[in-house]
Amino acid sequence: MLNISGLNNGVVIDHIKAGEALNLYDYLDLDRYPGCIAIIKNAKSSKMGRKDIIKIEGTPEDIDLNMLAVVSESATINIIRGGILEEKKSPVLPEVIKDIFKCKNPRCITSIEQELPHIFTLTDKKTRTYRCRYCEQAFKVN
Amino acid sequence: MRHLISPLDFNVEETNSLLDLAEKIITDPSAFKNVCNGKKLATLFYEPSTRTRLSFEAAMLNLGGSVLGFSSADSSSAAKGESVADTIRVISSYADICAMRHPKEGAPMVASQYSRIPVINAGDGGHNHPTQTLTDLLTIKQLKGRLTDLKIGLCGDLKFGRTVHSLISSLSRYEGISFVMISPEELKLPDYIKHEVLEEKGIPYKEVTNLEEVMPDLDVLYMTRVQRERFFNEEDYIRLKDIYILDKKKMAHAGKDMLVMHPLPRVNEITTEVDDDPRAVYFKQAEYGVYVRMALILTLLEMEVQ
Repeated sequence: MLNISGLNNGVVIDHIKAGEALNLYDYLDLDRYPGCIAIIKNAKSSKMGRKDIIKIEGTPEDIDLNMLAVVSESATINIIRGGILEEKKSPVLPEVIKDIFKCKNPRCITSIEQELPHIFTLTDKKTRTYRCRYCEQAFKVN
Repeated sequence: MRHLISPLDFNVEETNSLLDLAEKIITDPSAFKNVCNGKKLATLFYEPSTRTRLSFEAAMLNLGGSVLGFSSADSSSAAKGESVADTIRVISSYADICAMRHPKEGAPMVASQYSRIPVINAGDGGHNHPTQTLTDLLTIKQLKGRLTDLKIGLCGDLKFGRTVHSLISSLSRYEGISFVMISPEELKLPDYIKHEVLEEKGIPYKEVTNLEEVMPDLDVLYMTRVQRERFFNEEDYIRLKDIYILDKKKMAHAGKDMLVMHPLPRVNEITTEVDDDPRAVYFKQAEYGVYVRMALILTLLEMEVQ
């Protein structure tokens, strides 16, 4: 088995559905994070069979980890401090998501004005429904 | 600075004040004839509309103001590819208030984010048409004397009909309202309005396909046109367009005080023989549209009238 050394301080995004880590890397815009990041694909998991993991060294304060609730429902967040697990978090759906998804309504103003940001506001937590800020088209996240 | 983008941008108290002001204008229009002297309304109409644009222009002229604008995207900078944001930034220097109609949903909302003058949504695709809703509310209030304890029948295209969606959301804020939805299966009210508005607020409603059966119980029958421009498929439009036609024979089923309303333009969903029936108030409704837009302009420009 491949060994990746443990984190002393950082964040481990665990239980990512196998094959989704690279998408998450893009969604979270981790490319602009200056610290060390390890992506582990297809790790063995008793719960999921196979899973992906992302380890981020340091404190990624500018990264909105709640976005995980939108793009990867199964993902969990482990905060590591001084080499020990300090906190386990489940991401909560953010009130607003920006430029993660595009509005699919062909009648929406964003369909002709490409420079507009695609902004969705959470309207129903239970059904995980967002609505486009402009045309109010409903959009359910998985 | 306030804008009017969605019919729910004004709460019930604000809506009632605006309707009160409109009623004052109806009572004494001459008292308002010079209130907007020196003020300019820009009508930015990216798609054709006769009624709404002229109604806005008449409203501003009645208040002593003046109007400028364009009436199709072809005669505006949009044809050259200018964005809504850039257009409104420029228009903000030319006018004091603007009314925008756009075929794309959310365009007036984008405009309001970049505007230095109040923006009124004069219809954005199949989405919102808040001044039509205010017109409808004023019509009901004037002719029924109340906006509470009413059974409202909505007939025709309830799927794409934005006026219907907005009217449901607005009237649901008043006490004692119930709805009867009359439409074919294909044009039923979208589920999200049923769930998020009607069921959420516990508003009684039923869905039927037969118009005559429910007419005797209605206080208001709101007819709509099946709109060709909302269909991607011409075949569906042709199949559904003539499904409900209100004629003299059907009107015999209605109570003597039931109002027949229609946002206009009408095609053939109400036969012309109904026009002389005192219960047919759709032309009166169009007239009220001018008064409500006058009240709206005054409200958004924060003009006080002594």
